[in-house]
Amino acid sequence: MSYLEYSVKSAPTGLRKFLYFNWPLTLLLIAVASTGFLMLYSVAGGGFDPWSAAQMKRFGLGLVLMFIIGMVPAWFWRNTAGVAYLIALVLLVAVELFGTVGMGAQRWIDLGFMRLQPSELMKITLVMLLASYYDWLPAKRVSHPVWVFVPVLIILVPTVLVLKQPDLGTALLLIASGGVVMFIAGVHWSYFAAVIATGVGLVTAVFKSRGTGWQLLKDYQYKRIDTFLDPSSDPLGAGYHITQSKIALGSGGWTGRGFMQGTQSRLNFLPEKHTDFIFTTLAEEFGFIGGVTLLGLYALILVFCFVSAMSNKDRFSSLMTFGLASTFFFFFAVNMSMVMGLAPVVGVPLPLVSYGGSAMLVLMVGFGLIQSAHVHRPR
Amino acid sequence: MKRSPRDSLETTRKMTRRGLILGGAQAGFMGLLALRMRHLQVEEADKFRLLAEENRIKVSLIPPSRGQIFDRNGRIVAENAPSYRITMVREDAGDVEAVIGRLMKLIELDPDEMARALDELNTLRGDTQVTVADRVSREAMSRVAVNAPALPGVTPEVGLSRHYPLGSDLAHVVGYVGPVSDYDLSKIDNPDQLLLTPRFQIGKIGLEAKHEEDLRGKAGIKQVEVNAAGREMRELDREEGRAGQDFQITVDHMLQNYVQARLGQESAAAVVIDCESGDLLAIASAPSFDPNLFVRGISTTDYRALTENQFRPLATKSVQGLYPPGSTFKMVAALAGLEAGIITPLDTHYCGGYTEVAGHRFHCWKRAGHGHVNLASSLRESCDVYYYNLALEVGIEKISAMAMRLGIGQKFDIPMSAVATGRAPTKAWKQKSFGKDWVIGDSVNASIGQGFVLASPLQLAVMSARIATGRALVPRLVKSIDGVEQPSGAGESLGLNENHLRHVRKAMFDVSNNRRGTAYGSRITAAGMQMAGKTGTSQVRNITAAERRAGVRSNRDLPWERRDHALFVDFAPYDNPKVAVAVVVEHGGGGSTTAAPIARDITLQALYGEDPPLSAYPAKDRARIAAQQKRLRQARPASDRDGNGRA
Repeated sequence: MSYLEYSVKSAPTGLRKFLYFNWPLTLLLIAVASTGFLMLYSVAGGGFDPWSAAQMKRFGLGLVLMFIIGMVPAWFWRNTAGVAYLIALVLLVAVELFGTVGMGAQRWIDLGFMRLQPSELMKITLVMLLASYYDWLPAKRVSHPVWVFVPVLIILVPTVLVLKQPDLGTALLLIASGGVVMFIAGVHWSYFAAVIATGVGLVTAVFKSRGTGWQLLKDYQYKRIDTFLDPSSDPLGAGYHITQSKIALGSGGWTGRGFMQGTQSRLNFLPEKHTDFIFTTLAEEFGFIGGVTLLGLYALILVFCFVSAMSNKDRFSSLMTFGLASTFFFFFAVNMSMVMGLAPVVGVPLPLVSYGGSAMLVLMVGFGLIQSAHVHRPR
Repeated sequence: MKRSPRDSLETTRKMTRRGLILGGAQAGFMGLLALRMRHLQVEEADKFRLLAEENRIKVSLIPPSRGQIFDRNGRIVAENAPSYRITMVREDAGDVEAVIGRLMKLIELDPDEMARALDELNTLRGDTQVTVADRVSREAMSRVAVNAPALPGVTPEVGLSRHYPLGSDLAHVVGYVGPVSDYDLSKIDNPDQLLLTPRFQIGKIGLEAKHEEDLRGKAGIKQVEVNAAGREMRELDREEGRAGQDFQITVDHMLQNYVQARLGQESAAAVVIDCESGDLLAIASAPSFDPNLFVRGISTTDYRALTENQFRPLATKSVQGLYPPGSTFKMVAALAGLEAGIITPLDTHYCGGYTEVAGHRFHCWKRAGHGHVNLASSLRESCDVYYYNLALEVGIEKISAMAMRLGIGQKFDIPMSAVATGRAPTKAWKQKSFGKDWVIGDSVNASIGQGFVLASPLQLAVMSARIATGRALVPRLVKSIDGVEQPSGAGESLGLNENHLRHVRKAMFDVSNNRRGTAYGSRITAAGMQMAGKTGTSQVRNITAAERRAGVRSNRDLPWERRDHALFVDFAPYDNPKVAVAVVVEHGGGGSTTAAPIARDITLQALYGEDPPLSAYPAKDRARIAAQQKRLRQARPASDRDGNGRA
């Protein structure tokens, strides 16, 4: 479908597009973000400062951004995907050269008013470019080795850059969301089997390389794996977080201790209670019911995205929606697994709930693109 | 690109199929998460609820006690004194203003510190411990402790803080510690958690900084039970850390104290080396400053006073300062000529007050000239023309190679800040640094330690010690770490011809013991204690023709910063060298008038280990020396002085 065909069948135009937004999705986003405000209010000991109010402002800004992006026709995003990807790539190289070093890793560029993390931007532009690529590529060639090699390269270049920062979590996320787009686009099963086999081999190599001259990961990354496998090995660091987070979570029970009644977060057992570990506060104060409700909200967001993607006849829009929705999925799946002691502590925030500007804005940009695809779908 | 409808239908179907598979997988994982949540929150809820009730365990770091530093005789130089401080946590305090108001009624709070604390309380994360009052008295502590219920979030804490009992004497050597700054952290890759503790002290300069990690030790971990308000109830478990290592330095604090006092308020440096072991017995830089000021965070007024002082108290002149060595470099030139076989001790040159090289006139310091001079008289009377001629014959490469062998231009690995390399210039070096060819005039200047030659007082002392012993002596500052003796700096033989060395040493002996020697006035008269030395006066800049016309003849007529540097190197006793000394007085005028008497006094003090008997001095000076000894004794009241510094 070329963009000329969009206008043929009474697609909404001008401000009328507003009515065609995916409103259930929008409402779900607001609901999840509001849960976040509530939890940040509670974590601050019953105050909008220092986190809740700031988070509201950011979400408001994110909503505006989402609407603006949603109003722009999807073809525009398809055609600019390559440029967007290149910009993100240049910025990634730029942090490598001039970036600020934080927590032992180079990650952001200070823009003055906010810190831009190019790796966050890359999560979106990568999906856009791959969707646009498969939109262009005739379906017959999708599994041809040459045409598989191209997207693999598109995924691997930023992944290597992110790995150099070093940010293992984001690197894996890029591979996963890129892989999702390839999978949906119809790349043959055998490629995925091969990648998984390589992955297993690589993990083995990573462990074998430890302590030798060609050690593949940084010491602190090994340490994280160690503490994941045996939390008591680092009683002050990450292992402590996992143990405390499990206690906080478990003590919530069925219905929780009630809003602002959580004792574990109150006592400062969890240092990152307002960012990566915010789910523990929710689970402690609202119990299993609260936790499952949030999970349900997330699931509903995915459902609406998937329905929108499957009903969209435009290949680019559909692929992009699948990809971005899956990125969102990886965010909360990894964060929740980490908090519940199913995955190592990798520093992934709980999407729309954790305190943090960069991640929030990038997510809302992603949903803006999903909205754009939805509004401008061929009718 | 157009696709056939059938094709596109097939692709759409495939996409939907795969989309469903993906959605299924994601739903499955979410199911898993829900099950895990159920497991933790429902099935094991009781267990965790119980744990949570008991979870009043707070894990905190026990800072290790920092390694202490002793002098060579076991006198403590850097110690840890208990210090009391009051901290506050915003989240626990609730109404910060009210709590502080109550606190102010109990104890005195410094308004400056208060403003900073309030700022930190308002901007930092709510659970950060902010120091409200530092170094409070014991009574203030107990008053706060007693009133604890009225002061939520306020904790009196006992910590250890660095103290330097000797004050300014070893400020440049040992350095000081100070609170970790963001700048410090930015330089460390994966900082120890300990460093993130508010106001944790780390070494900033000197030995404290160079051996920071050894001195710091490793933190222990403490598990304490806290009540619902977060107050500590009892200690449950404790994993001891490792205390920092104790250092013993080679410096003798008594001698160091004397040297600092003797240099007084001159802008000067002095180094005393033990000729047997290479131990640095004293390594002084004047004026000095009180390191204790920095420990608690120096006030801007005090700091400005230090940085704006034209004598630069903060600079470590002994190892960092580089000076043209002037005539003290002549031993290097002489040895280079002798070792190359180009000159013999008996060769003479005629000094008519100047020599002409490449159409340029190079003057001797003695305008009237020295007449015929040989090696011995050239060193004794410090004839410049002799060395101009020697440089023309020997060449700069051989002279510089000898300088390197004797320690000039060599960076010694001692744990002090900003140890300078100095410079023994070569043709290649000039080409590389300036892109210009070496000219003969450069060699002529270098032969008398001017021009491109630069040395630190430490290097000059090493040079003197190496000439005295003929061994490649290396300076040593750390005597032992945690009782483990560090390798000695005695060194192997330099491989110089012993005869040549003897000639040079004899000439140096004459410098201070022959009536015609430039430092005869500063001789040592005690039998078996005589010193051999060499004066040096190095020009900072030439007196211009215009100034000469205006009546400027000597240094005294010039402003301080343009006067010559005064230098002196020596070793003693001449027959059996025990110590080697170098003294540099910045803009002090002449080596023989200013530096030599100081070096002589220091040498005697080092040899006797206390104020030397007056009989060691020439008879006519004894009355003056007695007065000086008395004055210096008063300036440095006996060994156990309270270290509040004389900065």
